[in-house]
Amino acid sequence: MPYLGGEETVRELRRALSNPNVQSDQLRYRNTILKVIRAMSQGVDMSGLFSEMVKACATVDVVQKKLVYVFLCSYAALNPELSLLVINTLRKDCQDPNPMVRSLALRNMTNLRLPSLVEYVEQPLAAGLRDRAACVRRVAVLGWAKLHNLQASSEIDAAVVNELYSLLRDPDPVVMVNCLRALEEILKDEGGVAINKPITHHLLNRLKECDIWGQCQVLRVLQRYRPQSEDELFDILSLLDASLVSPHPPIMAATLSLFLSLCSGQPAVSLAALERVRGPLLAACGSGSREMRFTALCHIQLLLRSIPGLMGAHYKRFFCGYAEPAYIKQRKMQVLVELVNDENVAMLLDELKGYCTDVNAETAQAAITAIGRIGRSYSDRCLEILTGLLGLKQDHITSAVVQTMRDLVWVCPQCSDTVCFALEGCEETLQDSQGRQALLWLLGVYGERVSSAPYTLEVFIDGVRSEASLGVKMELLTATMRLFLCRPAETQDMLGRLLHYCIEEETDMCVRDQALLYYRLLHCGIEETRKVLQGRRSDPSLGVLIGRPAEPVSQWARSFNTLEPLRQGSIETESVSRGSPEHTMFDPKPNADLSNTLDCSRIEKVHSECVRCPTIPRCSPQSLQAAMQLVNIQTLAFTPPQTLPWRVYLYTHTCLDDAPHSTLILGELLYTGEEPQKAEVHKGSADGGVGAEGIEDDM
Amino acid sequence: MISQIFILSSKGDHLIYKDFRGESGGDAVGVFYEKVTALTGDQPPVVMSHKGLHFVHVRQGGLYWVATTTADSSPFTIIEFLNRLSALVKDYCGSLSEKSVQMNFALIYELLDEAVDYGYIQTTSSDVLKNFIQTEAVSSRPFSLFDLSNVGLFGAETQQSKVAPSSAATRPIQSSREQGGKSEIFVDVIERMSVVIGSNGMLMKADVEGEIRVKCYLPNCSEMRIGLNEEFSIGKSQLRGYGAAVRVDEVSFHQMVRLDEFDSHRILRLCPSQGEQMVMQYQLSDDLPSAPPFRLFPTIERDSGGRLLMYLKLRCDLPPKSAAINVAATIPVPKGSLSLSQELSSPDQSAELKPQSRAVVWKIPRFTGGMQLSALFKLEVPGLSSASLLEVGPVGLSFELPKLTATGLQIRFLRLSPVQPGPSQRWVRVP
Repeated sequence: MPYLGGEETVRELRRALSNPNVQSDQLRYRNTILKVIRAMSQGVDMSGLFSEMVKACATVDVVQKKLVYVFLCSYAALNPELSLLVINTLRKDCQDPNPMVRSLALRNMTNLRLPSLVEYVEQPLAAGLRDRAACVRRVAVLGWAKLHNLQASSEIDAAVVNELYSLLRDPDPVVMVNCLRALEEILKDEGGVAINKPITHHLLNRLKECDIWGQCQVLRVLQRYRPQSEDELFDILSLLDASLVSPHPPIMAATLSLFLSLCSGQPAVSLAALERVRGPLLAACGSGSREMRFTALCHIQLLLRSIPGLMGAHYKRFFCGYAEPAYIKQRKMQVLVELVNDENVAMLLDELKGYCTDVNAETAQAAITAIGRIGRSYSDRCLEILTGLLGLKQDHITSAVVQTMRDLVWVCPQCSDTVCFALEGCEETLQDSQGRQALLWLLGVYGERVSSAPYTLEVFIDGVRSEASLGVKMELLTATMRLFLCRPAETQDMLGRLLHYCIEEETDMCVRDQALLYYRLLHCGIEETRKVLQGRRSDPSLGVLIGRPAEPVSQWARSFNTLEPLRQGSIETESVSRGSPEHTMFDPKPNADLSNTLDCSRIEKVHSECVRCPTIPRCSPQSLQAAMQLVNIQTLAFTPPQTLPWRVYLYTHTCLDDAPHSTLILGELLYTGEEPQKAEVHKGSADGGVGAEGIEDDM
Repeated sequence: MISQIFILSSKGDHLIYKDFRGESGGDAVGVFYEKVTALTGDQPPVVMSHKGLHFVHVRQGGLYWVATTTADSSPFTIIEFLNRLSALVKDYCGSLSEKSVQMNFALIYELLDEAVDYGYIQTTSSDVLKNFIQTEAVSSRPFSLFDLSNVGLFGAETQQSKVAPSSAATRPIQSSREQGGKSEIFVDVIERMSVVIGSNGMLMKADVEGEIRVKCYLPNCSEMRIGLNEEFSIGKSQLRGYGAAVRVDEVSFHQMVRLDEFDSHRILRLCPSQGEQMVMQYQLSDDLPSAPPFRLFPTIERDSGGRLLMYLKLRCDLPPKSAAINVAATIPVPKGSLSLSQELSSPDQSAELKPQSRAVVWKIPRFTGGMQLSALFKLEVPGLSSASLLEVGPVGLSFELPKLTATGLQIRFLRLSPVQPGPSQRWVRVP
């Protein structure tokens, strides 16, 4: 909050700080310094007062000292020369009889973060390691790590490293843990502190003395240890059993991580450990802190990947609380979907139904999607609920229901009758482009069964001029074409109008291109058109929910107890809400649940065309690639050079920031040697974010 | 490993900023606030990333407590630490608010300096920290009429003063040293109950999460013994006889609690350190020993004029001696509800339509056991259809039950040793 008159304040404070009357009065002096720090933390630049503050540092008042150090550490980097003046005071303080003053001086000496001061700091730090007060030793040990990172190039004295190793046996547990931390940083290039058998057993024996933060650190470092025999392994495991069910979630999580890394060769033991942490994890799910609950939920999702039945009996613990924030509710629903079985399905659906009318639109949509997922195994019950929701006539609910129905029909074709019946009349409430696209897709594919389909499409076609969404236009073209194939008499006229508009008046190249393509396709005859347009209507192989195989623990063990599981969901929602093609953010995961993130119905092989190049450009693959990149065509994969036929897979996509959908163009460049080059082009429209995966899928 | 810690007010003011490792740029606060405000919804996700910078935050006391860290650090540890930090600040400053943090920033910097060094958590124990913390807390006590009501006529002790206000425990722990504040200790049993009742009146889910908290202002307290009900049992196997056993499913204790007398006499022994600690946590799910405290009988219909009529009868099944306070029933209503007319059975109740949360909130300040209240709401909803009735409900009910626990857990006695000089006073605290 840089308020007006910042300079005025600085001047005034400087006057006060150098006023001898203020300096002689302890309380006034301290209050003036307080004002400086307050302004500093509000964001006002106070660096001009550095020299006055250096003077204020020489005092017997510990509170004042602390305050001045806060200031000095923030601005030292801007005033390296003046900081030299502080060093003398700090070094003097390091000799102080009061251990608190000694540790304070030592800590701030190393916090100044000035490479030029290193030579003055080393001697007090070395003395600090042998100080008789534990609090000074704690600071000194970490001080060496700070020093090392300040000038990473220079080697830390081997004698210091040895001393740090010997301090692992220090009577104070915090000193011991700090030694581990410091050695990890200093020896980073060698892979961290050496974890051998004596050190491991020493650490394990002293685990009980540490507080929870220390225990977590020790458990984390021990992950690198590999026991020499099975007996030793089981000794360690039984020693750690109490920590595994610790009431403190950080310890429980760190212990489980350690278990999983120690037992990586013994899946049965890891599974038993997962069973063991069920209780503590569930307790963390009911913790008073919402953030802790969220963390526990995300980690339960990881566990469920290996033991789907782990929480089956406790499904009620995942019912959403009334006042819980949306992000917890959505995670809970994701978990609930995994827990469905024959006994609880009625109860679960009843509960989920209650969330569908949530005030928060995102929560409501997540609940509807969850019902759709359950619908893959219990379609009748779920369709009944979904159809009932359409009666509410609210745009966000209808949109989510139609999208869910589309996804459901793709997996379970037996639902199509009910869905076709339900579609009547819901176009009036649909507002957003996602929902309308889903409706259009359904009308195109099942047009012969929805009696009002042509009239619905006609409304869309009449309004195409004012249509803003690219995706809806593309979908409309395809749907009208498909409907034309099965109900030509009713559709012919409007198809003509649509194609005319798209070819003559539309400004977007993608829409125009596609319309032209369909126009030419129709010239080739109705049979040819049918072959191209009538692809698959469903893909039951995408997986029934229940039969999902359990993954081995090793798939996710590395990401357990890191930020990774907490971030996964947030990326998804981000890309959905922004809707711009951000596929760079998407990291392909081996576990990626395809049916969840990628809806195949949205990726269509729209166009496949061979272009023959009459002249062969004589150039190297590298220069060709560089030229392509200039016009925003990227290389996906290519065969090694000098192989025949030589292939390159290329792609490009539109980058419209506000369009929810983007068009992907995939291409294959084939060089056979003698024959002319041939390029095959696939084109499709895909959701932002999932585009990258769509390509791999398509190839 | 924590790289920076900062505290932001909900408006984005920088209250506290501390950079422990000097690795990432100083604009982290700005980046974080931008990300928070860019998102819609009631709360942004706990973890957010920006160019290799990972923000983990918790919300306590209306403030953002944020740590920046590396991707491989443990979320459990960092979230627990941030929660612990906010608890420490609350202990030292008395209460947790933007104002108290602003007034005590020097103290908080001091706390942070001792609790974390170079991004590694050193200690969060208030026993250790109290030796290092030198700054005194500045507490702001808003003037409140409640303070006056404790003073009886001509200064006489009134019956009312036996009950301490809930704000009695919101003062800094250290003031007792200098200002000669009272040596007090607060033991709270708090239970959070969540019950789901189906439309047919069937109990679908019942959960109780309880905790015993001790807030200690005694500068030197060597040992304290808390006696629970003797018939207290854990798990399903231990049911003895048919007596009014107090049963919970799972119990966990704070590290410092010694349990040598727990098995035989249900006594917890501990040496509380200054500040607030959670001594014991327990859970009970599914079979509650008593019926849920409230019963709702709704009737919902459309009248001829296209209005929505909701007739609610709410019965309190508590024993007649006890009462529930601050009862609030939230009834979700169809979208587009315009106006509400109400008929309530007594003037101290109130009801209002909250359009942004699409609900009618019915507030009852005090509800004695055995009573039955009824309310009639008429809602003007344009375009009301039969499907709109689906949007009505489920009804949420929040309430406080002073001096009553759902599990039946009670504190039999509380003994301190050494015996404190001077007369001791017992208080019952209203939540």
